[in-house]
Amino acid sequence: MSDYHKGSWTVKVREAAVAALPPEKLLPDGQPTYVASWIYVFGVASVASLVVIITSGTILALKGPAWWHFTGVGHFFNSIHMWAVELFFFVMVVHLWGKYWMAAWRGGRARVWITGAITFLVAVPTALTGYVSQQNFDAQWISTQAKDGLNSVGVGAFFNVTNFGQMYSYHVLLLPIAVVILVSAHVLLVRRHGVVPPIELNARLAIAPGGEAPAPPPSTVGAGS
Amino acid sequence: MSLLHPKDDTKPWTGRYQPYDLVKEACIAIGVIASLAIVLAVLFSSPDDQPSTIAQWSNQLPVNFVTAATTELDGTSGTAEYGPPYNHNGEGQHAAFIYLQKWLGVSHPINTADDYVIDPLKTIPNDPALQSALAQYQAAPEKTQKAWGEAYAKPLEEYAAAEEEGKPLPKTVAVDGTTGMVSVQASSAGPVPTMMRSLLSLAKSGGLDGSLLTSRQFFQTDYTKPLLFMADGGLLDKRAEEQHLGGDEWGMMNETGSYPGQAWLWLYALWYQIEPFKNSENADILVMMMMGVLSLAFISVPFIPGVRSLPRKIPIYKLIWREHYRTTSPPPGPQPPRPVPSSSSAPPLRGT
Repeated sequence: MSDYHKGSWTVKVREAAVAALPPEKLLPDGQPTYVASWIYVFGVASVASLVVIITSGTILALKGPAWWHFTGVGHFFNSIHMWAVELFFFVMVVHLWGKYWMAAWRGGRARVWITGAITFLVAVPTALTGYVSQQNFDAQWISTQAKDGLNSVGVGAFFNVTNFGQMYSYHVLLLPIAVVILVSAHVLLVRRHGVVPPIELNARLAIAPGGEAPAPPPSTVGAGS
Repeated sequence: MSLLHPKDDTKPWTGRYQPYDLVKEACIAIGVIASLAIVLAVLFSSPDDQPSTIAQWSNQLPVNFVTAATTELDGTSGTAEYGPPYNHNGEGQHAAFIYLQKWLGVSHPINTADDYVIDPLKTIPNDPALQSALAQYQAAPEKTQKAWGEAYAKPLEEYAAAEEEGKPLPKTVAVDGTTGMVSVQASSAGPVPTMMRSLLSLAKSGGLDGSLLTSRQFFQTDYTKPLLFMADGGLLDKRAEEQHLGGDEWGMMNETGSYPGQAWLWLYALWYQIEPFKNSENADILVMMMMGVLSLAFISVPFIPGVRSLPRKIPIYKLIWREHYRTTSPPPGPQPPRPVPSSSSAPPLRGT
């Protein structure tokens, strides 16, 4: 490596990123054989729900907050948005319970659990800000009810659920960005460490040292290898 | 091994792999979820009950409106006595020595008498009787203002109590069947009856809705003042009760109609249904602190003794990985130890 490349921050970042997550781990074309249960569907279903939420939410945002109240098309997209949120929480909770009973934090995967748990916790105010931004009776009732809990711990001083403008900003920009960053970190950590092996596996099979999953064989990973 | 780093003998997988198409799986999942959301949207739509306005409130429940406005004027309403972040008339909630509400201070100042009554009345032009009443009220000492307010509020409180208990309504409060205007027989109320009559007229015309949103700039997005005023009254409560949205019915986790609402708030709403939170004056901060502790615990599951071990003791994992256990179970009898693969070992077999 030339002196120029040795001092390059870009090269260092690239090398660190590739070392942490080589292409064959980032986009694998093989999974361990124990990944064979319907419970695994709920992780990708959570991500898929988030994609539908963001897509429908973007359409609603493009047309402005009042659009869905006076057009049938707008109301339809609002309905898709709402049901995608319901599906998101449903599949995420099933995913969460599944991972709990798998003790999926084993083998150096605590950060995977932590990012997933924080995602759930951040998703709650993301949804709440949506409910109080609806500009209908639900928004009136929910905001006047929610204010007391938030005020009681001082949060109301800078997060005012009765301020539509502030809540709308949180809902369409700030909190979704936080959720997307958290989900991205969560998924990348899963790819880095691999899907947690079954409990008691080590009592039956050979053991290799280290805390990371081996990459699938290079000969099978295609263009990324 | 330590408390934070428990014994963990989980090792990387060195067994077989099966073909897997991550991108295809993600695309199929998005297609399925999008289809489900569309089907649910077509079948069930989404709720959108019209918001209430102050004009509706004053027309549908004129006595309730005047009662609430009087409490705003004499400083006895929920908002008037709330404390931070709206005013300094209370300390807010606390838990032991923790006064977070008080410590964070007043960030959205509301003077209920000025903001909800006096300032809106000042916007009404060409009404000499009202201007005179306002001048009289503002010139009077605070003690006199309070006495006028209490004298006017007393018949209204009796009316509200009789209405709630289903008793005959007192004749000291009457509603004109044609105009919907409220007359209150209250001696020693000074200029308050004139002020309230004008405020009710302003509210019925829709003028108060606009007045409470008007501030230093043209565009408005902050509904704190009108929402808190309405929350002091009875229309929002009435509509919420009709839709079973009250705090004793799991409150804000519900939604109008038969929609699932924010079901994920069930644990938060649960605490409000049980003692000691249910009847505590500090229920909100106690519930929030409880949820804060539980949220931290949720994040910290991998490090909490007992909680982190439960999945091994309740073997739901055997159901999840039943196929794996079935195919990898060693035959009966003693098994020879398998060698530890070296770094030069051949890659694991693929496919099944």
